[in-house]
Amino acid sequence: MQSTSIPVLINSADEKFSAIKEIRDLVEHRNLLWNLVRRDLTVRYKRSMIGFFWTMLNPLLMMLILTVVFSTIFRFEGIKNYPTYFLSTYLVFGFFAQTTNQSMASLSWNGALMKRVRVPKSIFAVSTTLSGLVNLLLAYIPLFLIMIVTGAPICATVLYLPISFLLIAMFTLGVSLLVSAMAVYFEDVQHMYQVVTFGLMYMTPIIYPVSIIPMRWLWVIRANPLTHLVKLARDPVYGCTLPGQHVILASSAAAVIALVVGWVVFHRLARGFYLHV
Amino acid sequence: MSMSEESVDFQHVSLRYRILAERGINSFKEWAIRWITRRMRYQELVALSDVCFTVEAGRAVGIIGHNGAGKSTLLRVAAGILRPTEGTAIVRGRQAPVIELGLGFEAELTGRENIFFNGALLGRSPDEMEERLDEIVAFADLHEFIDQPIRTYSTGMVARLAFAVATTVDAHVLLLDEVLAVGDASFRHKCQERLRTFRDAGVTILLVSHDLEAVVKMCDEVLWLDKGVVRAYGPAPEVVARYKDSVAEGPTVGGTIESTTSQT
Repeated sequence: MQSTSIPVLINSADEKFSAIKEIRDLVEHRNLLWNLVRRDLTVRYKRSMIGFFWTMLNPLLMMLILTVVFSTIFRFEGIKNYPTYFLSTYLVFGFFAQTTNQSMASLSWNGALMKRVRVPKSIFAVSTTLSGLVNLLLAYIPLFLIMIVTGAPICATVLYLPISFLLIAMFTLGVSLLVSAMAVYFEDVQHMYQVVTFGLMYMTPIIYPVSIIPMRWLWVIRANPLTHLVKLARDPVYGCTLPGQHVILASSAAAVIALVVGWVVFHRLARGFYLHV
Repeated sequence: MSMSEESVDFQHVSLRYRILAERGINSFKEWAIRWITRRMRYQELVALSDVCFTVEAGRAVGIIGHNGAGKSTLLRVAAGILRPTEGTAIVRGRQAPVIELGLGFEAELTGRENIFFNGALLGRSPDEMEERLDEIVAFADLHEFIDQPIRTYSTGMVARLAFAVATTVDAHVLLLDEVLAVGDASFRHKCQERLRTFRDAGVTILLVSHDLEAVVKMCDEVLWLDKGVVRAYGPAPEVVARYKDSVAEGPTVGGTIESTTSQT
């Protein structure tokens, strides 16, 4: 036994939960985190090359359908280059919806692991968010291709996107922690949440512009944090502008609040996971 | 690590769960209705009750008792998976927990990829796993299959690989839950051989098993758990003999002594 320092595990009832300790625990398990992300991606892309192309193909086909529907059947006034308008927000909304839904499955799926080895339980939500981010970045390749083909300008403002992604990922992780912890306790949460994300898609200006919303319903759209978060991703790509200050402020507030609430609820519920997974 | 030091130290460890008395509530809707109407009844479940014991470094301790006595719970507290509701458990040294074999094996990944994934689960670095790869493959006897996906493996192959990964790591403390129950006779023999090597190397072992013969053969001390309470802790043959007597005498003995545990 040649290891120099001997680790000591002190497992005590008196130990209090601390967010900093949990983060340190995650950092210590970074090798596992990296392995979980890689596992997610390999399992997804390994079986067939279709898996990889699907990430590319999916937005292309969605764009085709929506362009046909919204430029011939329903028409929104004043949207030039509809494919870019739609995709620049749809991709990040898709990231949010897929990641939060997958995190629920991932936590129950990995429940068996939590019973057998000591791992920080939030590691599954974090790894799902990270592999979702990789898929999101890949999905921007077809978006830029579409922009070049349709003659939409690609401006230097796209360099702002990493900041947009960071805030959206924080918000997504917070919601993932919240819903995945609840899904461990109640089977129906997963199904209910699918309906919620479906509704959210229409409560967020993704396929339509905010201008078509009647004044008296505008507050609903504004109260939806995703409205601001998707704008953070749309402005640099579609509008060639940096997001306005109020958008940045609202998005940052949503990201921080979601992360703190998700983190706290997750750890309050985590102690009982053992009996439910 | 000095030999006289305790490697496992349980100080008044208790673990209780509060669970909903009604079994059927696994839907959020129902829970919300009950919560609003204040119709919630909880039940307390005692998994471990005031468990105290120490294990000196390098000793092998068997943990025996009926199903539901808290054996696996105790092992999980030692591994840091479950936190006690009262008391403290201290474990000195690098652990290799083997609580059910085949944890975290991903069917789509190859044997080799699964080795690294499992190593990561156990907190081992890729370099360390690389170093031990040949040894693992040899012990599990998987040479030509190692780059095949696990889904093509037989149950026996998976069990061998799992045991090999879990026990081919540098560890000071081995936590083993019913690992002797898998595989065919020759593999079981190989496992016992390996555990003996560990003992000789001064590794502390906590072994949960229903196989009393194996426990007497392999362990120095035995801890007898009964409904979360330590009934006896001492030299292996002695405690196992007392346990066998109590099983033979039937449930009357257990019933009278067990009045100390409250299971409301």
